[in-house]
Parts: sequence; structure tokens; C-alpha cells
Amino acid sequence: MPRLSVWIVRTALAHLGVGVTLGAAILAAKGLPGWRVEPPAGGAAWPWWLLGAHVEVVLVGWLVQFALGVAYWILPRRRIGGRPARGREAWAAAAFGLINVGVLAVVAGGLAADPHAVAMGRVLEALAVAAFAVHAWPRVRPAGSNRAAPAGGRGDAAAAA
Amino acid sequence: MPALTRWYIKTALAWLVLALIVGVLLGARGIAPLPPVVDRLAPAWLHLVVFGWVAQLIFGVVHWMFPHARQAATGLPERLGWATYGLLNAGLVVRVIAEPFTAALVAAGWGWLLVASALAQLAAGWLFVATTWRRVVAR
Repeated sequence: MPRLSVWIVRTALAHLGVGVTLGAAILAAKGLPGWRVEPPAGGAAWPWWLLGAHVEVVLVGWLVQFALGVAYWILPRRRIGGRPARGREAWAAAAFGLINVGVLAVVAGGLAADPHAVAMGRVLEALAVAAFAVHAWPRVRPAGSNRAAPAGGRGDAAAAA
Repeated sequence: MPALTRWYIKTALAWLVLALIVGVLLGARGIAPLPPVVDRLAPAWLHLVVFGWVAQLIFGVVHWMFPHARQAATGLPERLGWATYGLLNAGLVVRVIAEPFTAALVAAGWGWLLVASALAQLAAGWLFVATTWRRVVAR
């Protein structure tokens, strides 16, 4: 597994741990006698204050990020400069940074009731996925169609010799 | 494909079918006379899809496809994998039954089942993280 996938998948696992912890707190609070609260109409009482963070961390921090990490590892490599390589690695690394800053911003903005931070976080998450798409696009191709790209890995040049 | 993976994937498929049936019930509330407890099934439906289906499918495929840790000969990771499977699904079963009734009937007793479900799912999540972490290595 490439080092960048290790970082992405382990970070996704950390999000899973945080996500299930938040979810368990919410579920347990629903059931604890005398502590059961319904979602309020106008505000966020315990434990519903954590609900947005739980959803964001599980869906984006865990599921989306895990998929990106495994895709970076397992999608077919291209032939770049005569050797198999993933290519455009900086875009994938950027996606890793952007998605985590984005999730943090959405979570912090949600907990602090700051809609600007939530919006900024969502923009960063979208940019992260777009950056990953730039990385992965040339790797999604029919089996056996090794493409060659110049050393440096920016293009999708003619078929390899 | 290892036995644990087969159990994970088949159970995930079963949860998906159940989730879709619950989805039908939720969608039919406006056109059919259904008991009030159906109104309280939305959180269970969501978690059946995300944890019963998607996460469980991932757990099974990770157990199968990720590189094995060097110390795997002890059999401990396999036992922890089965424990993860059991806790995840026991937690989901209890949740699906107890959550709508806890919300619909404010009666003592059901709430503690939700606490048990939360603890089981919490343990399953962290067990998966702990057992998978060592298998995510650079080479």
C-alpha cells in the first residue's frame, strides 16, 4: 500500500472511531432514563448538538475518505517514463489535506453555530473530491490499455511501446 | 474468500433488503394507515443503510483484501474480527427493535436497550479500527 494511502486510510479509520463515539453518545442519551431529549425546534440541546458532527465525520471523514484512500492504492497504475506509476500524486495529496480541513471546518462550524465555517468546509470538501478526480481520471481505463505519459507524468500520451 | 468475509457480506445484503423494506414503510406513511411506531423508524433506516450495509460490506472486504499483519499467526485478529461482527450486528438488531419503541412509547425499560446497543456498536467500531490499523502499512 503506498504511503499516501496509509495516511488517508488511517485518517479515515480515526474518523470512524470518532464518528461511532459521537453516535453512541447520541443513541445512549436517547435511552437513558431522565436524560431522553427530543430534537428541539429552534436550538441544539444535548446530545443533538453532536448530530451534525456525527453525520459529517461518518459520511465524509470515514466513508468518502476511506474510498479515496483505497482508490489511490488500487486503481490501475499508468506507465509513466516506462515505469508503472500512479501519476499526478500531488492532486491526491491535496485532496487528502483539503478533505480533512473541510471536515474539521464543517464540524467546528456546526458546533459553534457558524454557518460561514460550515459553508467554507463544504467548499473544501468539494475541492478535495475534484482534486482527487483530477488525479484518478487517467487511471480509470479499460484493462490492458497501458498508456504512456512523459516522465513527469502530466499527460496521457500515446500508447506505450 | 474467508468465512468471516462471507458472513459480513451476506449479512450486509440482508440488512440492505431490510433497510429497503423499512424505506417502503416510511414512504407509505402518507397513503396507508400504519401504526405510529413507523414514524420513528427513520434513524434506524438510515443506520441500516450506512452501518448495516455500507460499513459492514467494507468491514468484510477489508478483512479479505487488506494485507495481513505479520503477527496474524496467533489467531487473535480472527477472533477479534468475529467479535466485531457480533457486536456490530447485535447492536444493530437491538437498535432496530428498541429505538422506535423507545421514541413512540415513553415507557421504562426500552431505553436501557438503546444504551446496550450504543455500547455494542461503539465497541465494534473501535475494534475494527484497532484490528485494521496494523494492516494499513506502507510497503
